[in-house]
Amino acid sequence: MNKSAIFTGLVIFVIIALFPFWINLGDPKPVPEPELSEKAKAAKKCVLDKMDMRANHMSLLDEWRDSVVRDTNRIYTNADGKEFQMSLSTGENSCLGCHEDKSKFCDKCHTYASVDPYCWECHTDPKEIK
Amino acid sequence: MMKKSRRSFLKVAAISAIGIGAAPAISISSSSSSQPVKSKNAHAKTAKRWGMVIDTSKLTDEVVEHIVEACHKNHNVPDFNHEVDTEKYPNTRPVNHKQEVKWIWEEHFHNAFPEKEDEFLAEKFKNLPFLVTCNHCKNAPCVKACPTQATFKRDDGIVIMDFHRCIGCRFCMAACPFGARSFNFRDPRPFIDEMDPDFPSRTKGVVEKCNLCAERLAKGEQPHCVEASEGAITVGDLEDPESEVRALLNEKYSIRRKQELGTEPSVYYLM
Repeated sequence: MNKSAIFTGLVIFVIIALFPFWINLGDPKPVPEPELSEKAKAAKKCVLDKMDMRANHMSLLDEWRDSVVRDTNRIYTNADGKEFQMSLSTGENSCLGCHEDKSKFCDKCHTYASVDPYCWECHTDPKEIK
Repeated sequence: MMKKSRRSFLKVAAISAIGIGAAPAISISSSSSSQPVKSKNAHAKTAKRWGMVIDTSKLTDEVVEHIVEACHKNHNVPDFNHEVDTEKYPNTRPVNHKQEVKWIWEEHFHNAFPEKEDEFLAEKFKNLPFLVTCNHCKNAPCVKACPTQATFKRDDGIVIMDFHRCIGCRFCMAACPFGARSFNFRDPRPFIDEMDPDFPSRTKGVVEKCNLCAERLAKGEQPHCVEASEGAITVGDLEDPESEVRALLNEKYSIRRKQELGTEPSVYYLM
């Protein structure tokens, strides 16, 4: 009598305790692939190597901001000798100058990873204005 | 198996140690040419200490209006008289005009120069439109007040803000004797008629003020106010005796705002 009550209780407990595991069973959502614009494809390489950009773009942007605002240096020449405008959205050589569609590039991963950077509260995507 | 003598073992060990020790030095010297470099635009305008000279005789109401508009439009400064697009921004609170944001604006002589209001001041000064803005003081009190170094003084004398770092404490506003700073009590975007993509807007909770068009000087262009002023405003190097601003200051009598406070403003008014 007692035995069966304990046993069902135990089963319920185990099911609840293992909730995080069984809820995530089945196919995971596909990892989004950010879409490269034609311009970005043609350039082949970003400011740093692909993996380096993927992992460290936020620190690069942080470094760029300090350089522009505090040291008044606005042009970044990378290891290959290519020049970039240290800016999110102004000019051809800025981030959005090459990665033309923010919603297909930045937002794709940011939304998936549920990070919400507040860049765009002040900075603007020239496309969104028009 | 070959038997190694102690002597030959020590020789090999010593050579390897030198090699290992020298490796980092060699790799640094060989890759130093391809390190990333941060630099200025080749056309960038530079100065030891930027300053502004405003020729009050050339200021008319019309010119003043143009200057203010050019500055505010290009820097995405919100205009609280702008009708809000309710479709894009529903639930926008009614505005409080005391919370207006401004970078450069018109002021009467007696407000701009309260200590110079003499009993029998020339009548013409009472009606002249005076333009006031951030004075980019040499001893800027706002810089000292800022607890996060969001406001700082650049080497070329421009007092500028890093909006990213501003925590909205408004100590700088209390410290500034010229009222040159404005606080964003609300999101400015609904009140910007047309966003200029070349400059960011600000966000709720940060202070803002004139940046002497640092973004334009960096491209080798004149500030917006200078371009719109029809010759009334000149910006240049105060420390350079050959500069245009110094020539103007040599020519005519000039005054500065609240000089007695010792902040050493860099904006001069030609009388």
